[in-house]
Amino acid sequence: MKLSLEDIQQLRERYAALASTRRGHGKAHDHVDLLVCAGTGCVSNHSLKIKAALSAEIEKRDLQERVRVVTTGCNGFCANGPIVVVKPDDIFYQLLAEEDIPELVEEHFVKGTPVKRLMYRPDKGEQPIARMNDIPFFGKQQLIALANRGLVDPEKIEEYIALDGYRGLVKVLSEMSPEQVIEEIKASGLRGRGGAGFPTGKKWEFCRSAPGQPRYIICNADEGDPGAFMDRSIVESDPHALLEGMLIGAYAIGASEGFIYIRAEYPLALERLTRALEQAREYGLLGEGILGTSFSFDISVSKGAGAFVCGEETSLIASLEGRLPEPRVRPPYPAQSGYRGKPTNINNVETWANVPRIITRGSDWFSSIGTDASKGTKVFSLVGKVNNTGLVEVPMGITMREIVFDIGGGIPDGRRFKAVQTGGPSGGCIPESLLDTPVDYESLVQAGSIMGSGGMIVMDERNCMVEVARYFIGFTQEESCGKCSPCREGTWHMLNILENITRGEGREGDIELLEQLGRHIKETALCGLGKTAPNPVLTTIRYFRDEYEAHIREKRCPAGVCKALIAYRIDAEKCTGCTACATNCPVACISGQRKQTHVIDQQRCIKCGMCYSVCNFDAVRID
Amino acid sequence: MAVITIDGRQLEFEQTLTILEAAKRLQIKIPTLCYNEHLSPYGGCRICLVEAASAAAPDRSRLVPACTTPAENGMTVSTDSDRVRDERRFIIELFLSRCPEAEPIRKMAAEMGVDPQGGNLDTVGEYLLHRAPRRAATNCILCGLCVRVCQQIPERYALSLKNRGIHRKVTPPFERVAESCIGCGSCAYVCPTKTITIEEAD
Repeated sequence: MKLSLEDIQQLRERYAALASTRRGHGKAHDHVDLLVCAGTGCVSNHSLKIKAALSAEIEKRDLQERVRVVTTGCNGFCANGPIVVVKPDDIFYQLLAEEDIPELVEEHFVKGTPVKRLMYRPDKGEQPIARMNDIPFFGKQQLIALANRGLVDPEKIEEYIALDGYRGLVKVLSEMSPEQVIEEIKASGLRGRGGAGFPTGKKWEFCRSAPGQPRYIICNADEGDPGAFMDRSIVESDPHALLEGMLIGAYAIGASEGFIYIRAEYPLALERLTRALEQAREYGLLGEGILGTSFSFDISVSKGAGAFVCGEETSLIASLEGRLPEPRVRPPYPAQSGYRGKPTNINNVETWANVPRIITRGSDWFSSIGTDASKGTKVFSLVGKVNNTGLVEVPMGITMREIVFDIGGGIPDGRRFKAVQTGGPSGGCIPESLLDTPVDYESLVQAGSIMGSGGMIVMDERNCMVEVARYFIGFTQEESCGKCSPCREGTWHMLNILENITRGEGREGDIELLEQLGRHIKETALCGLGKTAPNPVLTTIRYFRDEYEAHIREKRCPAGVCKALIAYRIDAEKCTGCTACATNCPVACISGQRKQTHVIDQQRCIKCGMCYSVCNFDAVRID
Repeated sequence: MAVITIDGRQLEFEQTLTILEAAKRLQIKIPTLCYNEHLSPYGGCRICLVEAASAAAPDRSRLVPACTTPAENGMTVSTDSDRVRDERRFIIELFLSRCPEAEPIRKMAAEMGVDPQGGNLDTVGEYLLHRAPRRAATNCILCGLCVRVCQQIPERYALSLKNRGIHRKVTPPFERVAESCIGCGSCAYVCPTKTITIEEAD
């Protein structure tokens, strides 16, 4: 059934009741939607079993007319899954188990009393918070790219359309010229969300005005930073936002063919994307003569094998063409000569997902959010040593402190914050003294890091910054394609030096050596991967030089991480002889009778840290 | 007619050409390792880096590979600035650390004043040439000339690059004797370090 421009509006009207329930406008006794989170995090916490249990229980009590169970994409509060949100009244249930379901249905939907024990509590003794938006994790967020997260069933195009989906496409097709679309995106101030922050409208204009036909557009969904899952989540929770963004971009640029290059390791995202593409084609939103107009465009999906360097646009194009994924020198830029030598525009998932909202709500609205040079919002995956791990979307200009402490809820177990790593292996570590840095493209660069695609790893006093630097340079060394000598050879030398330091074999002068090597590599490497690879090392030296010095001069790891430099010992005063350490030691090197002080055989100890983590009396210490 | 200035000397040009080609016309020598005028440029070895500024931003010069960067009207290029010499030295030290026996590398290093036994090495040079571990006993500098020549001249595709990062190497497909190899010897001919040799088959 191919739709026309008018049909879309009619379809939207038909689903007006659904939209009003989801937006929280309806009355709870009329109709209730139970939104079960089916993002990757919640699914692996068995949210689909929760869904089945809810459906069964609701049917058992004959409530199916009034209460509907819907699966949605990721809510972002991944640490507290499985999550169910009750609409329209916005009640948030978390950490659900199948056993909780009968009680939940009985109390909330039969008796009308929401179940407090299944709600979020900021701290053990505190009152539970019923409404989702009152939870601090959600309160400071502002959703644009993730506007539909947890609100629509990603596998149903009708739900996307009901919540203003494809309104932007209808607008550009019925009342805007391609040039006007480009002007609107330029006026919004949108910059690439993949890392470098190039102005999106300008990029589109370059491609549109480049000589050569046909023109192509590409979505970069090759998200590869360790600990980052922004793009995956957008594709999983709102695939049509990406498709609509690409459709608008294709119209503006004059492209008739598009590609989504996505990691094969994202099975759920791939599944939902494939379904979304099928539905869009069925409805006449992709293919020949879209919505009855003369505009034609289609998208194919290309699966990447997970090489980090494919996130770099020229490598991605090489891979898409079936060649070895190696970057090449720019210029020519893809806008001039990209896929098959034709003008090509690449944006990442989050950038594309912002586009429909900018068109629908206007560039003035978008540019009113954020800072002077960085407009709108940014999605971050907040992970590491932070209480509320998950996916957050925040206005540009918010401080790091607000993200880590207000949204993230601070550091677990009362430990001390040490650093936050942004920008993945290309980024850097930002120390406590810079926590009030506003999060925008320029400020992060000034701090020695980058915005990157949005990974944000929080570290506490138990993270060794030398080890962190070693980990990241090890990652880039493995992922370096090996084409240019500074990245291939240079990062390998840096890795060797860092390994020596973490083994206690560092020498005086190694810090300066690393700094100089890093600066040379940044100057001479071919692509962004190599040019940014030294950042984690350079920033940790800049802010945590004392830790490097402790490793080199005193052969000591202050955070107690580097195995060669530490020893686990049991404090006789504190040991109660509970035997927990001895029972759990994988190499049985802890001896001692019950209720007597235990002792670790240093010769046989493999320094796995098991005794340290199982001891309930803080009796195991790291020397 | 466009004009490019290299080391203070101007060249007028009409057709598209690279900085390296422009420099050649002015008889300005830029060192190269992965370049061969008959093959597509690669930009991998980084030894031909020069400092270039566009007419639009004359104060913002960038280091770019001369072999792949197109000459632009109003561009100013410096092939022998301190910055260029400093980075070129770093690159040749990386190669010398990888392949200390490779003759063309030693020669190029000597020309740039890098003497492994001399006393003028800086911190990085000292490390790379005296302390750094060596990964493999090979004279292959991974310039990829052999791979490109095989693809572009006899069009046999008998050689390719395998693995990533420091593990990268040149090999026939699947590390077997390439059926498509016609023994033309092009690869051995272009190899700057003579790592590829031709054997007579029975």
